[in-house]
Amino acid sequence: MTIDSVRGAPDTTEAAEPELVQLLTPEGERVEHPDYPLDLSAEEVRDLYRDLVIVRRIDLESVALTRQGELGIWASLLGQEAAQIGSGRALTEHDMVFPTYREHGVAWCRNVEPLNLLGLFRGVNHGGWDPAEHGFHLYTIVIGSQTLHATGYAMGVQRDGVLGTPSAGATIAYFGDGATSQGDVNESFVFASVFNAPIVFFCQNNQWAISEPLERQTRIPLYKRAQGFGFPGLRVDGNDVFACLAVTRKALENARTGQGPTLIEAFTYRMGAHTTTDDPTRYRLKAEEEAWKLKDPIERVKSYLVRNDLADSGFFDKVEDEAKQLSRELREACLALPDPDPMTMFDHVYAERHPLMTEEQEQFAAYLASFEEESK
Amino acid sequence: MTTLTLGKAMNEGLRKAMENDPKVLVMGEDVGKLGGVFRITDGLMKDFGEERVIDTPLAESGIIGTAIGLALRGYRPVCEIQFDGFVFPAADQIITQLAKMRMRSLGAVSLPVVVRIPCGGGIGAVEHHSESPEAYFTHTAGLRVVACSNPVDAYSMIQQSIASPDPVIFFEPKRRYWEKAEVDVDSSDWTPLHQARVVQPGDHVTVLAYGPSVKTCLEAAAAAAEEGRSLEVIDLRSLNPLDLGTVVDSVNRTGRCVVVHEAPVFSGFGAELAARITENCFYRLESPVLRVGGFSTPYPPSRVEDHYLPDLDRILDAVDRTFGW
Repeated sequence: MTIDSVRGAPDTTEAAEPELVQLLTPEGERVEHPDYPLDLSAEEVRDLYRDLVIVRRIDLESVALTRQGELGIWASLLGQEAAQIGSGRALTEHDMVFPTYREHGVAWCRNVEPLNLLGLFRGVNHGGWDPAEHGFHLYTIVIGSQTLHATGYAMGVQRDGVLGTPSAGATIAYFGDGATSQGDVNESFVFASVFNAPIVFFCQNNQWAISEPLERQTRIPLYKRAQGFGFPGLRVDGNDVFACLAVTRKALENARTGQGPTLIEAFTYRMGAHTTTDDPTRYRLKAEEEAWKLKDPIERVKSYLVRNDLADSGFFDKVEDEAKQLSRELREACLALPDPDPMTMFDHVYAERHPLMTEEQEQFAAYLASFEEESK
Repeated sequence: MTTLTLGKAMNEGLRKAMENDPKVLVMGEDVGKLGGVFRITDGLMKDFGEERVIDTPLAESGIIGTAIGLALRGYRPVCEIQFDGFVFPAADQIITQLAKMRMRSLGAVSLPVVVRIPCGGGIGAVEHHSESPEAYFTHTAGLRVVACSNPVDAYSMIQQSIASPDPVIFFEPKRRYWEKAEVDVDSSDWTPLHQARVVQPGDHVTVLAYGPSVKTCLEAAAAAAEEGRSLEVIDLRSLNPLDLGTVVDSVNRTGRCVVVHEAPVFSGFGAELAARITENCFYRLESPVLRVGGFSTPYPPSRVEDHYLPDLDRILDAVDRTFGW
């Protein structure tokens, strides 16, 4: 007898929970939602399409680079492009992003060079971009840790007294369905709630935490958890870039004007493996992947553009060429990334001089130099 | 000069830091209206407001995690972990995030966060309220780890730690909170944060200690003096970085060394000291470096803690044994 047969199946499916904000159907049909009016120009839609195509292409290139041994590992965003581009393009200058390690699409929106991301997965550094410069914090590998950093940052924004002014920035924390089981994520919900912090919790529910299905993390739809913590939660079609843009815009604006946190559950699907070392054939059915393929986030925007005569084949070819060119350049730049000088291991451990760093660095330098002398 | 207990000196030091820099925040469980369970933050919320003295939800990982975020936004949070044994829920944030974010950002990010931890035993407490977890943190690159032993240092070291651009784990000897000394609260002519201090000069045996053990070692030195043994007691004050120079100078003179701490001896900080002293003073040593500390057991029930904690007799016994080689 299974646990489910005793307690009844968990109520986590889309069918059991029809409340899903959607503005663009999988067939590319525009639908209206009373709470989320969205007026996009043809150019804005084309720009979103371009973003989606480019980040998918960069992602595919990175997977290929990993297969060829040029990256140590890669966490693919395949299938989650709309969730990331939609929310990423909702951000404005003063907003601050706290990503996991899969937010390549959001990084793109924040002008973090894709090469920087590859550097991390190639092993030349642990990140290395300046979070303040991009409004995009470093990738965080430990699941859920960044949600607390985001909450603290939002509490700082609150203390700066800028909420409600033009220089107000919201904070957005990205995490996945697996992370919702972490203590840190739940603690961040508590802190954000009791301090009414200007934060948006953006959960990409891609249905899988490596091999564990959503049912192993929750028995209720994730967005409903917000209610228990005392702030609004909603579920959005995570493969609908329009809807993701609209709901995130609204949640960010609520945060900036002092109305506190929102939990957005972007209902999506991880089309690829968890990372390049993972093998989804061991734990999930091909049929499930096929079903989600029909909800592809890029195809529906393309259908919308074609259906409404907003783009011609010349446009689609141009975007395709641009994406290919970018990934070619990225590949070349990746292969040309120099390995770091081993002596730099000791840099940036401390801000101020630290005798042990100095001592070990000097000893190591002398050790390395001894080989050079021998070979003379 | 003002007569202050160690606890009050901490309070005055925090107050001074908050006056000097509006970005300094105090956060933790019960640090506001109550003033902390040891009253270290007494009166700070009243004087600096709820925005700067934050009574947090009861979640240690949350305290450190949000402190990191506040630091990223330009604040200097001083976090209180209520008791030593409660730091472990926060250990993940301290070890995987606080300590490493600077290197992760190639120097772009500084996290000036101070984590205050009342530590050590001797107050008759229940389980998890008497521990000495310093070695977990000295083992973590990216953290600075200090331990004050007296009111003068408490006052200065907390301010120096808050001013540090690096994260600092700040151990407070809870059973010494009520010890008094004269503190010059108007002076800022302080010993550098990471410098050890010879608190009792001597010739025969070097005794190394920090935090609550310093006082015990001074008492041992007084007792030894009656028997004609001259102990040199060094208060390390900083464990990471370690002021090895002061230690080596002393041991090279005395040729004997005993390390004292409350934490279990096995894999304790004393092991690091013994190894480094052996490496640096090998030909001057008359005996191995001996360690006196807690047993390799969980901290025992308080009715027997006096047997677990290094006391005067166990220190003198180790001193005697250094003459047995």
